[in-house]
Amino acid sequence: MKSPSFQYSRAADVSDAFIQCSRPGTAFVAGGTDLLQLWKAGAIAPEGVVDISRLPLDAIEFTDGQLRLGALARLSDVATHPDVTRDHPLIAKAILASASGQIRNMATVGGNLLQRTRCPYFRTEGLACNKRTPGSGCGALSGENRQAALFGASTSCVATHASDLAVALTALDAEVEVFGAAGRRRFPLPDLYRLPAETPERETSLTAGELITGIHIPSASRFAARSTYLKVRDRASFEFAVVSVAAVLHVESGRIVEAGLAAGGVAPLPWRLTRSEAVLVGRAPDAQAIAAAGDMAVEHARPLAHNGFKIALLRNAVIRALQTIGSQP
Amino acid sequence: MSPRSSINVSLKINGRDHDVTSPGCDTLLDILRDKLGMTGTKKGCDMGACGACTVLAGGRRIKSCLALAASYDGRSITTIEGIGTLDKLHPLQAAFIRHDALQCGYCTPGQILSGLALLDEKPGDLAAIREGMSGNLCRCGAHPNIVAAIAEVAGL
Repeated sequence: MKSPSFQYSRAADVSDAFIQCSRPGTAFVAGGTDLLQLWKAGAIAPEGVVDISRLPLDAIEFTDGQLRLGALARLSDVATHPDVTRDHPLIAKAILASASGQIRNMATVGGNLLQRTRCPYFRTEGLACNKRTPGSGCGALSGENRQAALFGASTSCVATHASDLAVALTALDAEVEVFGAAGRRRFPLPDLYRLPAETPERETSLTAGELITGIHIPSASRFAARSTYLKVRDRASFEFAVVSVAAVLHVESGRIVEAGLAAGGVAPLPWRLTRSEAVLVGRAPDAQAIAAAGDMAVEHARPLAHNGFKIALLRNAVIRALQTIGSQP
Repeated sequence: MSPRSSINVSLKINGRDHDVTSPGCDTLLDILRDKLGMTGTKKGCDMGACGACTVLAGGRRIKSCLALAASYDGRSITTIEGIGTLDKLHPLQAAFIRHDALQCGYCTPGQILSGLALLDEKPGDLAAIREGMSGNLCRCGAHPNIVAAIAEVAGL
């Protein structure tokens, strides 16, 4: 079935983008890699699409160790930027583990963070999905749920968030800068996302027409030698994570003074492993501390019929990531 | 303006200017094939997974099935029709033939365009070529020969 057409318009500037996209039934397009898939799959049917790809929001700026990524910076440009590869190798690594060369040339930072879930019930017309058709039920809950969430899900939705970049940015305490009815706002990245509860169709805290303008990442030079992104997937490339872990450590005199840990593929949003972080601080990065962090990562996991294997996978991914960076000189 | 009005898109394709009037929801792939008759660019999955529709935009490889044509207004596009001639193949095309890097050939235009862009990224070894070509699927299974052809042109 051919998808219903939409009206295309271009935004002249950020305020114009906000005004145009405040109308119900309107969606932004930047790289288009997710929007067009969703439209072709019948998961969305916008009346209007507002092209923001020409707005001057693609700068990658590095000031006093802090990184600002414009919302429209292309993933490939971020991953190969010399300041990013030098001071934020975790970000480059997470991006290069994402999608394919062609997609990374198109996809933007903001669009990547706002990509919709890959849950097949959401992406396939005719299957029950509360995100696509509120009230239709969650097909994955008692159906094919191998990819489903271990944390943060509800009986309305068990889908996971698919962004690798969001997982890395969460471990690095990144903040999102947005523009909308409330003017310019800035908040921690995890606050961009809402847990599904009873309204899984509302995925973000953005209000009508509000758009991401940039991402701020604090200095991470203290982690540069000890950061990694471990992505476990069903094939070696061009595949979403079954489980992924972003990990950074700051070690002084043999003791961990700071740890940043986040997991992907296990929750409706990038899942910060705060209890694992806490158990590491003050200890040497030895086998006992790392094992404790792995155990903490899977506490309170709530598996469904087919995704219980992810508990061991997540624990072991956390352990391997920490072994990798804990043993650096 | 009616809600479904068409828009004008100007593209420089393989060095030649083209002006197309088209619904705003048309993809670059649809315009190339259906409006301009340039059917060398192939439609496989039409969902960004297979890479048969790969073209270059400003020298960078993209998937034309996920590109809104209107977003590329004013841009330079390279398609397989702009690579080599029957008398003088591009070295990568010649390498594909030497290495038997195709069977049915449907994915080949996308493989060639993707491979050309990858060569610009200077892959350091065979693993980098395999990783760099993961966005192009070949259902005939010619992947090892495709990697060998690109490696030869890369001097690996």
